[in-house]
Amino acid sequence: MTDASNSAIPTRATGDSTGMDFLTSLPRRVVTVYIPLAIFIFVLLFPFYWMTISAFKPNAEMSSNRNANPFWIVSPTLENINHLLFNTDFPAWFWNTMLISTAATFVSLFASVLAAYAIARIRFKGADQVGGIIFLAYLVPPSILFIPLASIVYELELYDTSWALILTYPTFLIPFCTWLLIGYFKAIPYELEECAVVDGASRLQILVKIVLPLAVPGLISAGIFAFTLSWNEFIYALTFISSNEEKTIPVGVLTALIEGDVYNWGALMAGALLGSLPVAIVYSFFVDYYVSSLTGAVKE
Amino acid sequence: MASIPAIPYQSSWRSRLVENKNFLGAVFMIPAAGILLVFLAWPLLRGIWLGFTNATLGREGRFIGLGNFISLAQDSVFWLSVFNTFFYTVIASVAKFALGLWLALLLNHNMPFKAQIRAFILLPYIVPTVLSALAWLWMYDAQFSVISWLLTQLGLIDRYIDFLGDAWNARLSLIVANVWRGIPFIAITLLAGLQTISPSLYEAAALDGATASQRFWHVTMPLLMPIIAIVMTFSVLFTFTDFQLIYSMTKGGPVNATHLMATLSFQRAIPGGQMGEGAAISTAMIPFLLAAVLFTYFGMHRRKWQQGARDD
Repeated sequence: MTDASNSAIPTRATGDSTGMDFLTSLPRRVVTVYIPLAIFIFVLLFPFYWMTISAFKPNAEMSSNRNANPFWIVSPTLENINHLLFNTDFPAWFWNTMLISTAATFVSLFASVLAAYAIARIRFKGADQVGGIIFLAYLVPPSILFIPLASIVYELELYDTSWALILTYPTFLIPFCTWLLIGYFKAIPYELEECAVVDGASRLQILVKIVLPLAVPGLISAGIFAFTLSWNEFIYALTFISSNEEKTIPVGVLTALIEGDVYNWGALMAGALLGSLPVAIVYSFFVDYYVSSLTGAVKE
Repeated sequence: MASIPAIPYQSSWRSRLVENKNFLGAVFMIPAAGILLVFLAWPLLRGIWLGFTNATLGREGRFIGLGNFISLAQDSVFWLSVFNTFFYTVIASVAKFALGLWLALLLNHNMPFKAQIRAFILLPYIVPTVLSALAWLWMYDAQFSVISWLLTQLGLIDRYIDFLGDAWNARLSLIVANVWRGIPFIAITLLAGLQTISPSLYEAAALDGATASQRFWHVTMPLLMPIIAIVMTFSVLFTFTDFQLIYSMTKGGPVNATHLMATLSFQRAIPGGQMGEGAAISTAMIPFLLAAVLFTYFGMHRRKWQQGARDD
């Protein structure tokens, strides 16, 4: 399904609204399309350039006189990265975030596959209503849930453990993944399942051996999206975790690297850069899946 | 249809139960329903209940009726946060929509490296908000801001701008950072919507003598409206309940000038320990969220209706 839609986009794009682009002259196109687009790209990417260049700047250059060109580094240094990796808890935050994101993604995928299959294919009584309720759950923002959740997490004795996050992240991942997977499951022909039933397969066998292999693009889309959302999560991690070595990257970088009013910008930017890299790398490998899940979630 | 080929030699109560759709559906729903009930539905109800108690961090608290809401109604910081939330949501959403739509229209042209450009444009959306907010915080630094440096070099200003130290500067600076982060989501989803519009419609309109702006207002916009409704509802919802960006850049300061309802509820409930009061602020957000959800609901119905109701 994704393959089809991905290949459809470029082919269609060639004959798109663009179909009439030959009517506009090149200079006009430069002014109306390329210059605005270049400004957009510059503004959207500049903070990343700034983050990267600051991470490799020695402190002296960071606060040097105002006549020096700040857009370039005279003598790049690994000092900031070094400080981050060996003098702070950054490596621990990194592994925590990795572990929590991966575990939350798998928990969510497991629950979502079963739920989506039940809603899309078993068609039990009230399946549509349950689907609607799950969609509504997606619209409940974490910032109105964290206060009561904090007391629930406390009562379950999960406070300050990774489990607090592994079990609460699925609340915003499951609705999204389920909704996305319903779309993928609906696209699989019923005939395939009927053949399997005739051959004596159980529902679980049908799901594992027939439906899932065909829905792999959907699983990847949902998985990537869930992983990046967990990696980026902030308010639950801020509220449910207190000890330094249990923190996740966003919380750790923000709360532990800023000491009082002293901002060590080099180390902060190094933390921001290294903390962003894993999601950026995962994203770069699966851009098309990512875009299809982003747009798919809205279109469904 | 799936239950027709029942296996004849095995009709015990057990096999009949396994073939029963409702039973099987319920079993498959257990993991998702379990997590969502315990960690979403229950806290939602409990949060509303907490808003009517005087609970503190670690103490149960007892029912005090509208006590929290009455004290909030007389609390000028609360009303400031309500004003900020609306100001932030309205200005940021309008700007995100206008710029996002413009970017989507630009990307809908045929050009080299289109896929790569699209991939790079999404970066602000995928990078953790807190981490990109730190980059903005550094760019907004009172002494070493690169923006101020550039403007000084160009001769536009003679003193460095105090981006986050002044109430209105801080509000606008936060809005700029929020818009920066929100544009990619809106642009990419609207681009997907634009690509579903058949080029023949534009050609037909052009043949009938429609100008470019007429083609935009009478072909593009009506066809894009359903997806705009949904995308903007999501955007408004997430802007309204934003927490990360404010918390990581100003923590509500200077002197509460940039507190949103979400950051104020955190401030009161977690560091302040007044769980009941914090929950009351969260509860006060719910009516607005419900309004946004109803908007999505009708947006989707409109879409079904436009497509001849074959959306399933």
